[in-house]
Amino acid sequence: MTATEHRELVERTSEGAQEMFPRHQEGGVEVLRELGAVLRLSEADAAELSTSDAEHADNQDPGDQDPAEDDTTIINMGPQHPSTHGVLRLMLELSGEQVLRTKPIMGYLHTGMEKTGETLTFLQGPTNTTRMDYASPLFSELVFSLATEALLGVEVPPRAQWIRMLATEVNRVSSHLLFMATNGMDLGAVSMMLYGWREREETLRFLERLTGLRMNHNYIRPGGVACDLHDGWEDDLAHLLAVIPPRLEEYDTLLTAQPIWRERLQGVGVITTEEALALGATGPILRSTGYAWDLRRAMPYLHYDDVDFDVVVGSYGDCFDRYAIRMAEIRESIRILHQIIDKMPKGDYRVQDKKVTPPPRARIDESMEALIHHFKIFTEGFKVPEGEVYVAVESPRGELGCYLVSDGSSKPYRLHIRGPSFVNLQTLPHMMRGGLIADAVAVISSVDPIMGEVDR
Amino acid sequence: MAGPEAEQTVGDPATPDRAESDAGTVEPEVLHGAPVAWSTGQRVLHPTREQLVDVVRALRDDGWVTALDVTAVDYLTYGAPRGLPGGVEPERFEVVVTLISHVERRRLRLRVQVPEHDPVVPSLFELHPGTEAMEREVFDMFGIAFDGHPDLTRILMPEDWQGHPLRKDFAPGRIPVQFKAAPAAR
Repeated sequence: MTATEHRELVERTSEGAQEMFPRHQEGGVEVLRELGAVLRLSEADAAELSTSDAEHADNQDPGDQDPAEDDTTIINMGPQHPSTHGVLRLMLELSGEQVLRTKPIMGYLHTGMEKTGETLTFLQGPTNTTRMDYASPLFSELVFSLATEALLGVEVPPRAQWIRMLATEVNRVSSHLLFMATNGMDLGAVSMMLYGWREREETLRFLERLTGLRMNHNYIRPGGVACDLHDGWEDDLAHLLAVIPPRLEEYDTLLTAQPIWRERLQGVGVITTEEALALGATGPILRSTGYAWDLRRAMPYLHYDDVDFDVVVGSYGDCFDRYAIRMAEIRESIRILHQIIDKMPKGDYRVQDKKVTPPPRARIDESMEALIHHFKIFTEGFKVPEGEVYVAVESPRGELGCYLVSDGSSKPYRLHIRGPSFVNLQTLPHMMRGGLIADAVAVISSVDPIMGEVDR
Repeated sequence: MAGPEAEQTVGDPATPDRAESDAGTVEPEVLHGAPVAWSTGQRVLHPTREQLVDVVRALRDDGWVTALDVTAVDYLTYGAPRGLPGGVEPERFEVVVTLISHVERRRLRLRVQVPEHDPVVPSLFELHPGTEAMEREVFDMFGIAFDGHPDLTRILMPEDWQGHPLRKDFAPGRIPVQFKAAPAAR
């Protein structure tokens, strides 16, 4: 392709730039949106302003004395910035050190995983979804499996459900420990980063023994889990549950009670319940505003109604609340895990439905039918009745949903994952508005976005 | 199965869409002017494009406070029954909106038929600002435009990408990968 041809192709197919532009180039609504004014104005005001131009809109915005355009700078942060959690790119409009407008730009990690999902069978599906949220892979495996089972109309045995709870709660601990590490690192507490990674390694060691892999486990599959709990899992888990709590006490000494840490986070990146609900934010961001909404409690799945735990909420909706909520949720997960050890039932770890579950290796030697089922499941895959379903679980980052459409074949017709990080990123412009650029890092970190899930 | 929706469904969750289409004479349930159908035990609304904003506004006033998800499906090569209630004309595209009510502790899905020749849907941005990024994603992946969206640009693909990847006629592996040639013309 020559340079001219390429330029023509770009002109013909361009859908417009994704970047942020100076105010005089942007439309009124777009500037208002990036200012975060959409949520602060009444509907009537917003409707009136949306018809006027940007400068007029600025004059109308009460309490926001925006500086003239000459006084502001648009800078680019990321995608290669160490504290943008991978490849998040932000365009910031600054007045001195103050952040005015923010625009998150993503897609740098887009690998078309929803499209890939349409070419993999339902049995192969978890290998794909597990790579979306790489810090909490078991949750995306779980939500895909739950959606597939809902379409199949299959009931998973109790032991498989409890094993799924066990695996995902350990994964929640590891994900929140990773947040502790990166949050500390982003704010200059480098020793916290080392401690966080150290403790996360303990949880990954347990998951490795359970599933065979440290990450991207492909452990939770439609019909149950890949293998039964290993011998001595109680001791391994008890060891893990004994190691983590004293370390959390150390974190409290190091960070929670420390004046510098509190000064750095309290009152930074405040969001209200109304704003969080309007923006679709879920998980610790919504709970930090004092709104007790946790799917494990509100719309229980698996056996969460059989265990005792608290839904932790904040009071101010600031970065400190989001930090403290995650710290407390590690403790709640440990509480749940203690109950899981006591309540783990005996039985099958996967559904005994020959059309869905591959036969055990020993059966293949003695049964022609088992051999055929084995061959069919691994070459063609099992067929899922036509229909569509939306299923969601509470991932460490919020509501992780899966919208699955089947046309009756062995591959999903459409696989859509509602990634909580993708939606939660929309709160950034509102939380960063009026803050200092140094606090921007604290705000990004407190959202805890995983870019693999944002971009999919 | 103790699935998220299993215990919250009202009515008969075992009523499949097939039964409704077989009966034919059964008067369909209607909510805010949109026909209601059941799909895998979940309640689904089927408003038209023209009804969409009014229905979502009425639902928001009823307590469906958050739009969790906006996505779309391209039914170009779908060979099975679509599970649409009587009177809903199937089209190539379908925009799927998921709402949640924290009081009722239930979700509600809206499936909107979008024709191929005019893929435009009114934006829900005015009602739920949180749909902003998700509508951009649908636009990027399916080429469905949202009327009234403040910033309808690509979000995941490069801005000079040709085509819309999640459409069924956008086959993976059949076209050369396109990226901007360096140095960019801009």
